[in-house]
Amino acid sequence: MPAVDEILAGKDICICAGSGGVGKTTTSAAIAVGMAARGLRVCVLTIDPAKRLADSLGLRELGNEARRVDPALFEAHGIEIKGELWAMMLDAKATFDELVARQAPDEESRDRVLGNRIYQQISNALAGSQEYMAMEKLFELHTEGHFDLLVLDTPPSRNALDFLDAPKRLTQFIEGRSLRVFMKPTGLAARVAGRGASVALSVFKRIVGFDLLADLAEFFNAFSGMVDGFQARAKRVNNLLADPHTCFLVVCGPQGEPIDEAVYFHRKLVEAKLPFGGVIVNKVHYPAERLRGDGEDDVDLEATLAARLGDEDLARRVCENFADYQALAERDARNIEHLAAELRTKGVIRVPYLDEDVHDLGGLAEINRYLFASSEERIEIAAGRA
Amino acid sequence: MLGITPIPPDFLDKRLIFVTGKGGVGKTTVAVALGLRAAEQGKRVIVCEVSSQENASRIFDHTEVGFHEVEMAENLWSISIDPDESMREYVLLQLKVRAMRDMLFRSRIFSYLAAATPGLKELVTIGKIWELAQLDRKVKRGRKYDLVIVDAPATGHGIGFLQTPRTFAAIARVGPIHSQAQALDRLITDHEHTGTAIVALPEEMPVNESAALERELRAEVGVAVDRVYLNGLYPERFSKEEAERLAALAGGENGVIRAAARAATSEYGRARSQRAQLARLRRRVEAPVKTLPFLFEPELGVAAAQQLARRLH
Repeated sequence: MPAVDEILAGKDICICAGSGGVGKTTTSAAIAVGMAARGLRVCVLTIDPAKRLADSLGLRELGNEARRVDPALFEAHGIEIKGELWAMMLDAKATFDELVARQAPDEESRDRVLGNRIYQQISNALAGSQEYMAMEKLFELHTEGHFDLLVLDTPPSRNALDFLDAPKRLTQFIEGRSLRVFMKPTGLAARVAGRGASVALSVFKRIVGFDLLADLAEFFNAFSGMVDGFQARAKRVNNLLADPHTCFLVVCGPQGEPIDEAVYFHRKLVEAKLPFGGVIVNKVHYPAERLRGDGEDDVDLEATLAARLGDEDLARRVCENFADYQALAERDARNIEHLAAELRTKGVIRVPYLDEDVHDLGGLAEINRYLFASSEERIEIAAGRA
Repeated sequence: MLGITPIPPDFLDKRLIFVTGKGGVGKTTVAVALGLRAAEQGKRVIVCEVSSQENASRIFDHTEVGFHEVEMAENLWSISIDPDESMREYVLLQLKVRAMRDMLFRSRIFSYLAAATPGLKELVTIGKIWELAQLDRKVKRGRKYDLVIVDAPATGHGIGFLQTPRTFAAIARVGPIHSQAQALDRLITDHEHTGTAIVALPEEMPVNESAALERELRAEVGVAVDRVYLNGLYPERFSKEEAERLAALAGGENGVIRAAARAATSEYGRARSQRAQLARLRRRVEAPVKTLPFLFEPELGVAAAQQLARRLH
């Protein structure tokens, strides 16, 4: 089981991907803290982190730019930041606006786009726009080159795959190739393209109402000068994701569904020839059998406990609880074994289910210890637990 | 705010229920459990997945259902609402001339427009939900349901989803879609027939997000939440005094005795911090909070959903 710093050696970019509710934000933050502690200049980009975590990192005051996190915050938790830790909370809409401002040939076209209702809709709500803007910000920071490592916490998607499809979907929308022809005032193109298209257009008008179409036409006109710039940039963003100095870490939970999602996402990464670095499984129930001493196999746990505690009822409840816990530990072990086999990797990093809910720096420091522990250290930490 | 919209005596007597919440909190399991409970009362129920998800069929260990109403258990059906299929069905219902429909579906420009129009996918999805909830179904030979339960998208996406009809009615100021979007908004905000449940976990973040979700649903969508289900609550197996004795025992032991004692003190700590989160949730939301137990089950299948169904109130 490698530690995260081994996986990330020589990488510029670490992208933490996974479905919702698996602890991606915490994992991304813990990775950034750990790498900064090892002397790197690290920036973690996150969207919608736990409020208390954000507060303690000073993220609440942030706009759409990176801010340095006070290293003294971590000293109290035994982590010395030898490098620098920066953090930013992504604002997808602001990033999109900046991108438009950069691509627009002049102020007038910029304002026409920013003021268009269709643009306001897509910059907020079009599927993939949040994901694409996260990549866009990543690209921008990487180009500026102020950081040794960028850690991206991907937006909470229904499906981890939404992230990978985002640039394609967005540029296809913006190109609007099939649509713009029909928006020309003469309508000549529509006649040339044939009756099917004009029927489609008229039916569509009937369905969505005329106003919307006019807005769409205005949008494509306003955007027309920027399409090439957008495409070129999207291509460079895609190249950055596929760069060998980029590393995708898949984050998941130990239950069947998140494990299946992780397997699926890994397969898509491989198909897209994107660099997979490893998988982190959060909230794992550690098996206790390893902690069983030699010759303890035939110990009657309940009787021994009853004798030690002088309380049969309590001993029975302790045993019941232990059995329940073991059942979950066995499930987790089975699921992780399946995951490792599917991914043909031994690089599964397990983070245990901690006694305390992780939402502050203390919890972050604890997660950090697991992510960066060597195999021997992990067993030792686990032995103190379980 | 309390008292403006009285909570009806029985949640399951609604015609339509949206189950929403943060990702990974067990929305589907709760949606299916509600469905099983209502089906047991003799109601004909359908559980709807959106965005081509297949989580409900997974719980029943069933093959993917797709855009079909498939019976999962007695009186309980399931469908996965694909937006493209919903769009197609909508157009079929709007256009009577077959040649026109065929031409439309072959046309690439139509699918482009459908994909390019912001919110249209969500709108036709909600349109299909509306259609399922009609006693006079628009679809030929459509089955009549007493209750439609929607496993809604996760928070963030969730607010946007329920807000779509309202937003759309504002954008398309004219045409049939305008009045249809308004009708869908009326359906969502019709508190007599439509209910909303939030599913939460007893942890800091999900509790915060559930409180925020309830506020946003009320302020931005005009929906009053009927229930907050706090899912995965650990049993209180040990008292404080017992936990202290067990901690002392663990300190002086090794091997399996120590492991068992530590598992017990962990459980005590989690159960206690979860109770604190439960109290926070109760303070921060207006809807009644109902708890659902953590199930020590390897996989959350139909047996687990049945267990939860019995515990729903």
